[in-house]
Amino acid sequence: MSATDTRTGPVATTGPAPGRPRRPWWTGRRRDQLVGYLFVTPQLLGSVVFVILPLVLVVWYSLHEWNVLAGTFDYVGGDNYAQLAEDTNLGGVLKATGLFSVGLVVFNLALALLLAVLLNQKLRGSIVFRTLFFSPVVVSLVAWTIVWGFLLQDNGGINGLLDTIGVDGPNWLRGENTAMLSVVVVQVFKNVGLNMVLFLAALQGVPGELYEAAEVDGASRMRQFWRITVPLISPTIMLTSIITVVGSLQVFAQIAVLTQGGPGTSTTVLVYYLYQQAFQFHHFGYGATLSIVLFAIVLALTVLQWQMRKRWVFHES
Amino acid sequence: MSRDLSPRTKLVLYGVLMVLAIPFVFPTWWMVTSSLKPVADIFSFPPQLWPTDPRLEAYQRVFELQPFGRQYLNSVYIALVVTVGTLAVAALAGYAFARIRFRGQNVLFLVVLAGLLIPSEVTIVPLFQMFFKLGLIDTHWPLVLVPIFGAPSVLATFIMRQFFIALPGELEEAARVDGLGRFATFWKIALPLSRPALGAVAIFTFLHSWNLYLEPIVFLSSPEKFTLPQALTQFVDAYGGPMWNVQLAAASMTALPVLAVFVIAQKQFVEGLAHTGLKG
Repeated sequence: MSATDTRTGPVATTGPAPGRPRRPWWTGRRRDQLVGYLFVTPQLLGSVVFVILPLVLVVWYSLHEWNVLAGTFDYVGGDNYAQLAEDTNLGGVLKATGLFSVGLVVFNLALALLLAVLLNQKLRGSIVFRTLFFSPVVVSLVAWTIVWGFLLQDNGGINGLLDTIGVDGPNWLRGENTAMLSVVVVQVFKNVGLNMVLFLAALQGVPGELYEAAEVDGASRMRQFWRITVPLISPTIMLTSIITVVGSLQVFAQIAVLTQGGPGTSTTVLVYYLYQQAFQFHHFGYGATLSIVLFAIVLALTVLQWQMRKRWVFHES
Repeated sequence: MSRDLSPRTKLVLYGVLMVLAIPFVFPTWWMVTSSLKPVADIFSFPPQLWPTDPRLEAYQRVFELQPFGRQYLNSVYIALVVTVGTLAVAALAGYAFARIRFRGQNVLFLVVLAGLLIPSEVTIVPLFQMFFKLGLIDTHWPLVLVPIFGAPSVLATFIMRQFFIALPGELEEAARVDGLGRFATFWKIALPLSRPALGAVAIFTFLHSWNLYLEPIVFLSSPEKFTLPQALTQFVDAYGGPMWNVQLAAASMTALPVLAVFVIAQKQFVEGLAHTGLKG
């Protein structure tokens, strides 16, 4: 506060109490605080208007049912929640959501780690392969999905290629199990590059001396991988699994383009079901109720992962 | 991990990498080549890996069936506005949360962080209702305002904050001794130093807006307002079946320019991501 004191110095000498200089209210520190508030205002107001307020409204709306066209808006109490309990589709929807998330996380992380380990070898031209594996990340999501939809048609490219080697491929998008598998695979190849790059950065941070020491001790490559690599990159495994799980719950375009939730409800994940109920069937109140279910799942998974992080992760950087 | 490999191991590795690259590269290849095929050859057997009779007919049809030029422009300008807006909002807020001490800072930061926990899908019903009441349905306002100020920008703010926290404080102190005010310090010292973080945030904000699908189909209803992802799904025949070659031509035009930018600037894309806060 020395800057403030020198500035108030001359004023203080003219005041009635020369021993204790009075500080002006408007100090450099206050001005700095004001700048701080001004800087965060756009983000803060935005968060309140577009995140917090809608979250409160979603609870309020779940207690109502309304019709935009007829202009009605009625309080229905717990009706939407009662409907939730009786909804015969909900079991299938939650199962599809769970299968998709688990399938995506397992395939995505395993492939991302495999690719990262391969690219981390001393190999000329690995940047070319890194570029190739990453490239689907920048391809428009719907464009990527449309091409795969085209490839996965009964008479499409994949079955065509299988035919040339004498294999009769299934109608991928129309079978219950193959539809879910297809949606997962399409999504894995689209975004696995992101996790691969994060793993690659983590692998490059593992000190080489550790492997040399392990080599001297006669540990096999496999043993080195599980005992040295995996524990040391566990913070990244944690981070990528959080990103991937939360991302998996948001999948929508792929379902809408490839399967429209079918066959049956086998690929109707929660977000797609929410969209159908609210924006296709105009059950906005029920849509709001499903939003709360989605939010509860995201929240529960985040808390769970936070707990696991403490127990499971080797060290925090 | 990088140890010298024997030539044999190298050969095996190259083989494995090439096989693994197929599902990443082939779809894009198939998209472009199929868009050049006449309809009759689209599902020909055995599959034509190279179009025997290439033609640009499908590309012409794209513009006849939809106001595709307009839709292209919509996607580009929305993504650019969202990117610039997000950078401004996130850099300011990220800097203040990292560098300025003000009362209630931590509480306000937590309020903002809530956006990380609440995917925008959760709030789509009330957001639709809000914009409906404001008479902004079938306009681009929701696609611009929500990403810049709402949940999607929170991650950007978080990344910027992490970056500014790691910045050495001496530079700023020197600037303040030289009499620079807070805003000048931010604008002339901190912001230029944060170029790598800004670059990574810009790339991912652009891609996020470019890929948005749920929001456009919820908020927009007239074809001349559509964005590209939405437009791509509109090329269907009278029976609702997709017109494959036209759809693939439109998809190629959507994907290839961004892919070209990526190939040129792949270092910035890949390393920017890996070294920006997200690393954990």
